[in-house]
Amino acid sequence: MSTREKAEVLDQAGLDRALTRIGHEIVEQAGGADLALVGIKTRGETLAARIAQKIAGIEGKRPAVGALDITLYRDDLGTRAEQPQVRSTEIPFSLKGLTVVLVDDVLFTGRTIRAAMDALMDLGRPRVIRLAVLVDRGHRELPIRPDYVGKNLPTSRKETVAVMLAEHDGQDRVVIQEPEEGEPQPAAGARVKGEVPVPRTMRPTKKGRE
Amino acid sequence: MRDIEAPEIGDLLDTAESMKEIATREIKKVPTLRGKTVVNLFYENSTRTRTSFEIAGKWLSADVINFSASGSSAEKGESFLDTARNIEAMSPDVVVVRHKAAGGPALLARHLKCSVVNAGDGAHEHPTQALLDLLTIREKKGHLEGLNVTIVGDITHSRVARSNIYGMRKMGMTVTVAGPPTLIPPACQEMGVKVSHRLEEAIAHADVIMMLRLQHERMTGGFIPSLREYSRVWGLGLDRLQHCRPDVLIMHPGPVNRGVEISPEVADSPYSVILDQVTNGVAVRMAVLYLLAGGKAA
Repeated sequence: MSTREKAEVLDQAGLDRALTRIGHEIVEQAGGADLALVGIKTRGETLAARIAQKIAGIEGKRPAVGALDITLYRDDLGTRAEQPQVRSTEIPFSLKGLTVVLVDDVLFTGRTIRAAMDALMDLGRPRVIRLAVLVDRGHRELPIRPDYVGKNLPTSRKETVAVMLAEHDGQDRVVIQEPEEGEPQPAAGARVKGEVPVPRTMRPTKKGRE
Repeated sequence: MRDIEAPEIGDLLDTAESMKEIATREIKKVPTLRGKTVVNLFYENSTRTRTSFEIAGKWLSADVINFSASGSSAEKGESFLDTARNIEAMSPDVVVVRHKAAGGPALLARHLKCSVVNAGDGAHEHPTQALLDLLTIREKKGHLEGLNVTIVGDITHSRVARSNIYGMRKMGMTVTVAGPPTLIPPACQEMGVKVSHRLEEAIAHADVIMMLRLQHERMTGGFIPSLREYSRVWGLGLDRLQHCRPDVLIMHPGPVNRGVEISPEVADSPYSVILDQVTNGVAVRMAVLYLLAGGKAA
């Protein structure tokens, strides 16, 4: 049950360029005023901070950055074998009237984004919500479409997309992995879209994934 | 708390800490337990525990039903197990039980298919209280390992003390119990705690002092000469507080009997975290309900 790296999609320079472009696109469309970036934990939070840095370089002013944990809004709680770990939401500013750009690493089924929008609405009433993702890998199950995309990446459902960021994984890289045999497995350290960290309390003795 | 290990306690505390943010929101509700039913089955009086389980369930969007033995068919002679089976026939997802008999919740857990949470059983255990105490200490001190805790008062009849001793020992804390010999169970040493019969000595080096109430309702004989004598020897007043560490935390699981085990000045002093404990109680119970809602027993 091992995976093989099929292709490198973005290297460090490519990833950085994609974020720079997203930063420019956001500023062009939304302007720098009344703007907030909200990253979806964990890697979306890191990406949001990096894009904010890019925008600061362009506009001279860093937009507000928050982090959202969507665990409590998931639509598959109770259907999974284990309960995912809840982490905290940190949005220390009012969302009222702001243009909020949600930031995530990989857009897949769209269910995470649905949950994130519900979570944002409970926290306040933004003027607009937009969506920025580093990779759009297709296979949407809900009518959700990103506004800013780092890389469009057609994938098969069997493959996994691993986003590695220096802050978490020691390097900046995006790769496609495919199963060698059996189930797909993530690269060491990298979180694969769809897999959720689980608290030890609920962890089964055998490593079971959906 | 006896059957749960340190990493699981850590996870529960982390989850509870994340839940605290919800209390700061304008709209204190998340949809997590929508469509789930939580029944509070209380055979003993309670203010904090029942209210906080109810708030915790409601903030997570569960439907919470409160049941108390007084005013129910229990007064018409229905047995505990029969009542529970009838409640179960209404398909709740979680039953929160408080009972005066040790092992009451465990009995239900064996007979019911839904999740059962122990909200205090006799003089046995009160796990969510121990978890909220640990959360409060970790929040104020930044860590748990290596801390000295002194629990003072009626240890024999205290489920709070028992659960806390299990939990604190597992988290690497040193626990001292102090009280009149009649209220210290002989098996204490086997639980890995030190025993002291002098209050001044027991609290001098403590990072945390937990004061307990005298549980008259569980006392069968003459455990203490008189309330006034107890208060003079074992009560925590400002005079004794002066000999404690400057960063000491004063805790009390409630209900507080002001002027008996703790003086009003100490209970309301900046050292006291009694109300933080109550706030954290909601977060801990949210974490427990959340982790149980997956249908797995804990």
